[in-house]
Amino acid sequence: MGDLAEVVQPKKAFGWAARDTSGVLSPFTFSRRATGEKDVSFKVLYCGICHSDLHMLKNEWGSSTYPLVPGHEIVGVVTEIGSKVENFRVGDKVGVGCMVGSCHSYDNCADNLENYCPKMILTYGAKDLDGTITYGGYSDIMVANEHFIVRIPDNLPLDVGAPLLCAGITVYSPLKYYGLDKPGMHVGVVGLGGLGHVAVKFAKAMGVKVTVISTSPNKKKEAIEHLGADSFLVSRNQDELQAATSTMDGIIDTVSAPHALPPLIALLKTNGKLVLVGAPEKPLELPAFPLLMGRKTVAGSGIGGMKETQEMINFAAKHNIAADVEVIPIDYVNTAIERLLKSDVRYRFVIDIGNTLKSTS
Amino acid sequence: MVRSPEEEHPQKAFGWAARDNSGTLSPFNFSRRDNGEDDVSIKILYCGVCHSDLHSAKNDWGFTSYPVVPGHEIVGAVTAVGNNVNKFSVNDKVGVGVFVDSCKKCDCCQQGLENYCPQMILTYNSFSSDGTKTYGGYSDIIVVDQNYVLRIPDNMPLDMGAPLLCAGITVYSPMVYYGMNQPGKHLGVAGLGGLGHIAVKIGKAFGMKVTVISTSPKKESEAIDRLGADSFLVSTDPAKFKAAIGTMDYIIDTIAAVHALAPLLSLLNVNGKLVTVGLPEKPLELPIFPLVIGRKLIGGSNVGGIKETQEMLDFCAKHNITADIELIQIDELNKAMERLAKSDVRYRFVIDVGNSQSK
Repeated sequence: MGDLAEVVQPKKAFGWAARDTSGVLSPFTFSRRATGEKDVSFKVLYCGICHSDLHMLKNEWGSSTYPLVPGHEIVGVVTEIGSKVENFRVGDKVGVGCMVGSCHSYDNCADNLENYCPKMILTYGAKDLDGTITYGGYSDIMVANEHFIVRIPDNLPLDVGAPLLCAGITVYSPLKYYGLDKPGMHVGVVGLGGLGHVAVKFAKAMGVKVTVISTSPNKKKEAIEHLGADSFLVSRNQDELQAATSTMDGIIDTVSAPHALPPLIALLKTNGKLVLVGAPEKPLELPAFPLLMGRKTVAGSGIGGMKETQEMINFAAKHNIAADVEVIPIDYVNTAIERLLKSDVRYRFVIDIGNTLKSTS
Repeated sequence: MVRSPEEEHPQKAFGWAARDNSGTLSPFNFSRRDNGEDDVSIKILYCGVCHSDLHSAKNDWGFTSYPVVPGHEIVGAVTAVGNNVNKFSVNDKVGVGVFVDSCKKCDCCQQGLENYCPQMILTYNSFSSDGTKTYGGYSDIIVVDQNYVLRIPDNMPLDMGAPLLCAGITVYSPMVYYGMNQPGKHLGVAGLGGLGHIAVKIGKAFGMKVTVISTSPKKESEAIDRLGADSFLVSTDPAKFKAAIGTMDYIIDTIAAVHALAPLLSLLNVNGKLVTVGLPEKPLELPIFPLVIGRKLIGGSNVGGIKETQEMLDFCAKHNITADIELIQIDELNKAMERLAKSDVRYRFVIDVGNSQSK
């Protein structure tokens, strides 16, 4: 039987949590708040495993509190709604991504940029408004404010749709914000993993020409034949890099390990933009010359606001875009995390919560 | 056979050049091409001393070809025009900035972005299509294709207008391109030197709130009382710095030396933009987390196209914006360079070429 959480709330919940920086997950009994007037409660069916879960499990960012129940690519079916909920009904297919709260009044929230609100509350490992710690989607039920619930259209299967709630919005938002979504543009995608493979699909659906930039030559066939990329560059191959100099309007860089920026900057046309969505911990070297000589920019982006997340899901459903997943039972999760550490997955693990997460109590 | 600088071209010219990476300048006899059909010949009256001139004279960037005659903030009077020249007449007051040619055919050139043309020829330390080296404005005359010559507006003093040809356009172009021209928005100007002081003036003319960010507390009264900045932030004062975190929409970073980006990025609000126009010799360290967490960006910019440079000159003339200068004789150049290296100038040296002794 799993441990009990300290604060007891009205709804019994069950999930898997890590207890310490080893990051090893095991059964965990806890509780969630009762469905408030603006809340939506749902039975979790699937939850994607994001690389951020790995960082948080091992406290690599220094902000983790234990026990930690990760998971912010959560989908399921509504079981209960609060009295003031207007947009959802019992039985609806819904999802929750990386946030479950914000202040609702700060400038950024008003612009539909809840993700940049200084009071934004993360789906797991964060202090909620009632003082409790939030627990994520490696669990059987979720309760969240209606504002942070996303509707999953009927034609988007839940298992392959779940990863869009973090990976999807993380790449969709910068493609739009930085104007890299215009038909005929040429965009590079660095790194072909959970984020990268979805970026390729979105960009292609936007009518953009896509070049995948990767250290692994053996991903080329996949990239072109399966994901639809127009071309593939091996980033360690100087000749290939040289030939692609000044050809791209933008690059979405999904790599979070430290890597060199100048070779990527060289691939950009004048006015080109290199957008980082992976966040290496240490600073990277930025020589001024290449930036100035082509009026280029290096920028960042982090997930997206709620309105935009819904727009992204609708866009994905319309264009039949979903993640490529490996569905796993909950008791495989520790093995999956180890494989994720070695990038051994095409391209997202998704936990089959609905069928395999059963309380042992 | 390689010809000497004096013999390369038909017209005699005289200037001051650096011969090696000591950067020391001394008299130099060379030559300029004949005035071609598309050319404008200019008697140089003034030339600004840009920090880039110092970098080039000392080969800080590693691509100087000696002897180098620096100078790309050139103002003078037209002495001759070629048959095809329709934009200028003899006696017009004109200027030449950072480049004197480009391919004219590529997308950049077609869009008025000659400064980004891969075949752009710099005013000095570049090689023209005929293989000869270009020499800059620390000299008595220059011959330039009319398409790369600027008109100096009538009400603009020549000596104080000269620095606008590099410093002015260097800050004006990115301020427009990156949106740092919206009334009411908050602009930080990092570094109060040749570029920075003009950025403050232009920022105020755009109706922005301007904060100068500097390491020198003694520049505060200057910045606020004379240049019109709204506030002044000493980057080494922890308490004041903390209070300014997340308050700026934009920062224009004019600092020519290697410096920390993280503190500047922290001053930006969400969606904030930091534009760097200085060219330190070594790479900067860029922390990525702040970019991702705050959707911030760091961009570069390099001078501006000809059309845009003319627009900048006209804008400055309209708003009575000129550089704050210290006029020097050409034989005072080396002393000026030493002082420039220590940022000891308010805020641009300008060589009074027209009145300097020629030899």
